Amino acid sequence: MLQIKNLHASVEDKDILKGINLDINAGEVHAIMGPNGSGKSTLASIIAGKETFDVTKGEVIFNHEDISELSPEERAHRGVFLSFQYPVEIPGVSVTNFIKTAINETRKAKGLEDMPASEMLKLIKEKAGLLEIDRKFLSRSLNEGFSGGEKKRNEIFQMAMLEPKLAILDETDSGLDIDALKVVANGVNKLRSKDNAILVITHYQRLLDYIVPDFVHVLIDGKIVKSGTKELAFELEEKGYDWIKEELIS
Amino acid sequence: MSLKDKLVSSFFAFEDHLEDDSPIHDIRNNAIKIFEGQGFPTKKEEAWKYTSLKNILKTDYCLFPSRDNSVELKKVRKYFLHDLDTYKIVFVDGVYSSFLSETTHDNMDICLLSSALNKDKYNPVIEAYFNKIAEQDSLASLNTAFAKEGAYIYIPKNKEVEKPIEIINFATGNEAALMLQPRNLIVVGENAQVQIIERHQSLTDNAVLTNSVTEIFADKRAYVDYYKIQNDNSNASLIDNTYIEQQRDSICNVHTFSVGGKITRNNLNFYQKGEHCDSTLKGITILKDKQHVDHNTLVQHIEPNCESHQDYKGLYADNSTGVFNGKVVVEKEAQKTNAFQQNNNILIDDNASVNAKPQLEIFADDVKCSHGCTIGQFDEDALFYLQTRGIAKKEAQALLMYAFANSVLESVKIPELKRRINKLIASKIGVNIGFDV
Repeated sequence: MLQIKNLHASVEDKDILKGINLDINAGEVHAIMGPNGSGKSTLASIIAGKETFDVTKGEVIFNHEDISELSPEERAHRGVFLSFQYPVEIPGVSVTNFIKTAINETRKAKGLEDMPASEMLKLIKEKAGLLEIDRKFLSRSLNEGFSGGEKKRNEIFQMAMLEPKLAILDETDSGLDIDALKVVANGVNKLRSKDNAILVITHYQRLLDYIVPDFVHVLIDGKIVKSGTKELAFELEEKGYDWIKEELIS
Repeated sequence: MSLKDKLVSSFFAFEDHLEDDSPIHDIRNNAIKIFEGQGFPTKKEEAWKYTSLKNILKTDYCLFPSRDNSVELKKVRKYFLHDLDTYKIVFVDGVYSSFLSETTHDNMDICLLSSALNKDKYNPVIEAYFNKIAEQDSLASLNTAFAKEGAYIYIPKNKEVEKPIEIINFATGNEAALMLQPRNLIVVGENAQVQIIERHQSLTDNAVLTNSVTEIFADKRAYVDYYKIQNDNSNASLIDNTYIEQQRDSICNVHTFSVGGKITRNNLNFYQKGEHCDSTLKGITILKDKQHVDHNTLVQHIEPNCESHQDYKGLYADNSTGVFNGKVVVEKEAQKTNAFQQNNNILIDDNASVNAKPQLEIFADDVKCSHGCTIGQFDEDALFYLQTRGIAKKEAQALLMYAFANSVLESVKIPELKRRINKLIASKIGVNIGFDV
């Protein structure tokens, strides 16, 4: 589904990604782990189409199409979703109105009519239930005054509504207590299917107890230096990242 | 002949037409002397540094339009809050239109300044309030000299006006160029409440210059909610001079929505004359082309324990220009003052510009004052966030503009007006935001 080939990226002449190769197939869950500043969030943003980074080399193929030149919204219309580490506050626009706009914009791009109101309502109800979100929450202004847990839950709610083919979860565990983490992970797991893929970006192994990955990649200094199965995550949790760095040097 | 000379020379003919025993005869004569002495303000004056009237003063304005200008209701209906029952004081080319208005004398006066000036029973109010707080500067004095017509609103003690009052000044465009000088006097008694919406609207693209003065007096515990809708045509300019005097425990809010016109200058002045006054000044400015808006605010904290809140948001596209000149004075006696001022601007295009100049003059030592001013472009991270949800860049920008202006819209207390302004903002931004609010 997603092939990243020799991806190099920089911002203001500083190289951040230095040759990333990654293959993700439908039905798989991949995790990318790495220390702070290794380029994890940059990779997530580049896949989603953020223009502030210069892609200097390589390509991003999504469902057999090179999406490197597409705008973020065009990628979203093709089924790429990014759950943000720090979702943006939009006062005066309710969660419901925002998701309606997002869904209908996506439908418009596909040449479809707006989703009928009754259908939308039903869908919202169903997906809100999945994430234990109540009606009052849906009428609040998007992310305004939300707790860390509410923001992340809202991100996954949007993911549930938009039904992406590839969902990238950027540090979805940060700022969550264990109960909120379980709710969010539970929601993500219910959305897993053989047709979609999930890329989890995280600093800690904790989230991976609940969203169990098929593959784990270690990103250090802009390169994937080690790949393995979920056991690799346990090893990282136990020993930190230094042993990998040492392994690299020797 | 310059506009100034024309005004001064026509004053005497104008005064001759009026009755000699008018209670404001002397006030008028003094006022024209002030205007004659000072003339129109120029960019050399600090307060007018960023706003030049030069170009709009070149036009040969008609000062006294013929009296038979009338308009059909269906042509102007859209400018009223038509879904809402309101009192209306409507002027067409400066002349009262009884046909379009809905006034009252039932336990309060919502009527015309001309009748208040001409009838003896109103003399005490005129003597107590008329021209008492208007600045004695050239433009306000010019208005005073020619003051003849406008809204007269007198709300007695404990009266809660049950529906909003609309003050609307139409310009028909029957004259190639027209100068209007409406004069409003609003007295709100102790514990009384009123909501007022003011609008200036030209019906054609012909040039209009309006120099308006509004004096508002809020007695103890009075509540005044005032909305200014400035969405005029591209050849209409407005100089709005508004003065508000508050007695103790009164609350006055003024919202100014500047989304049209050629040159708009808002001189908005608050004087807090008692303790525990609360003043709110908020504004949304959305401009394009070569439009220019200058918000010149003053809040004078004179007594202790008062508050003021200023929040102005501006969105500037094309070659439009904006000014925010906000002055807060906290006098020596005004301890425990809370004064907040916020002015945020987004420049949508590279050629747009804003000059922001907050001024705090604090002479008391136990006060809380803050001011913040930002001029920026769109937050790239916020745009990206919306785009990743499938919302195209243009719509995403609109949504962000909407969110940006929202803190001002939130405090609009007339739901129908809020809905209308919402729509107005959406149309000015040029996109359908895709949902009802």
